[in-house]
Amino acid sequence: MRFGVIVFPGSNCEMDCHYVIEKVLGQEVRYVWHQESDLRGLDCLVLPGGFSYGDYLRCGAIARFSPVMEAVRDFAARGGLVIGICNGFQILLEAGLLPGAMLRNNSLSFVCRFVHLRVENRDTPWTGKAERGQVLRIPIAHGEGNYTAGEGLLDEMERRGQIILRYCGPAGEVTPEANPNGSARNIAGICNEGFNVFGLMPHPERASEEILGSTDGLFIWESALAAAGV
Amino acid sequence: MSEADQRRFSIFVSPLRGVLDPQGQAALGALHSLGYDEVEDVRIGKYIVLTVRGGSEERVREMCEKLLANPIIEDYRIESESG
Repeated sequence: MRFGVIVFPGSNCEMDCHYVIEKVLGQEVRYVWHQESDLRGLDCLVLPGGFSYGDYLRCGAIARFSPVMEAVRDFAARGGLVIGICNGFQILLEAGLLPGAMLRNNSLSFVCRFVHLRVENRDTPWTGKAERGQVLRIPIAHGEGNYTAGEGLLDEMERRGQIILRYCGPAGEVTPEANPNGSARNIAGICNEGFNVFGLMPHPERASEEILGSTDGLFIWESALAAAGV
Repeated sequence: MSEADQRRFSIFVSPLRGVLDPQGQAALGALHSLGYDEVEDVRIGKYIVLTVRGGSEERVREMCEKLLANPIIEDYRIESESG
């Protein structure tokens, strides 16, 4: 499987993603500079975390107009797999490839720690290797992960199964105490209606080796490999 | 292009009514703890000044819709002054 990791000015998790894909998963991977527009030959695009364009104006607001984003839009429209992690998630929201928007964390603090996540829908290319209701332990690191959308839209997303991950306690209990940022309905990760585009605030690339304290991120990467028939 | 052709636009971006504003809430709490109990609400937004050649308000509105504000969470108001 061939991955492309998109690099915007200010991305800072692209090497972690590249490393996990190449060294841990043993797959082909290349960096895609934000000025590029040719994505031929790639099976999955990764929009990594960081602070693209300094997070000026709003997180992801300027990156979404990078030349590569037009190609990402076409790639997604053809059903290609696209995963946005943290700042990558924010860019996908600003680009309208995923519904909703991000607000500052309700604590106003940057939160950097492990969280527990409940898998709400395993019938997606991103979660097929996990059990429904399985609890994953993966770290977050963000100041703006307070997901918001209109109540009507949230209901629609629930009905269609687009809510993929929710912040929860160690036993999977979805409570206000387990919500690290004030996110609506404890949402940590969502898909588009076609389920080929996935955005999540937690960093699976930081939880893909024992030495980092968790390998639960592998459920997400390996699900994508399985979905692509690898 | 002379300065006479320039026009300045002030753009006020604010969180939509009903959208949580964590910064406003924090400032509200701080004002109350300073004894300003009369403050009932605080909303914190952005103030953007554009200097534009020619100065079409319609195009400035377009800029707000496309980039400067996110209509899902923000509202905006444009004020113009002749340059």
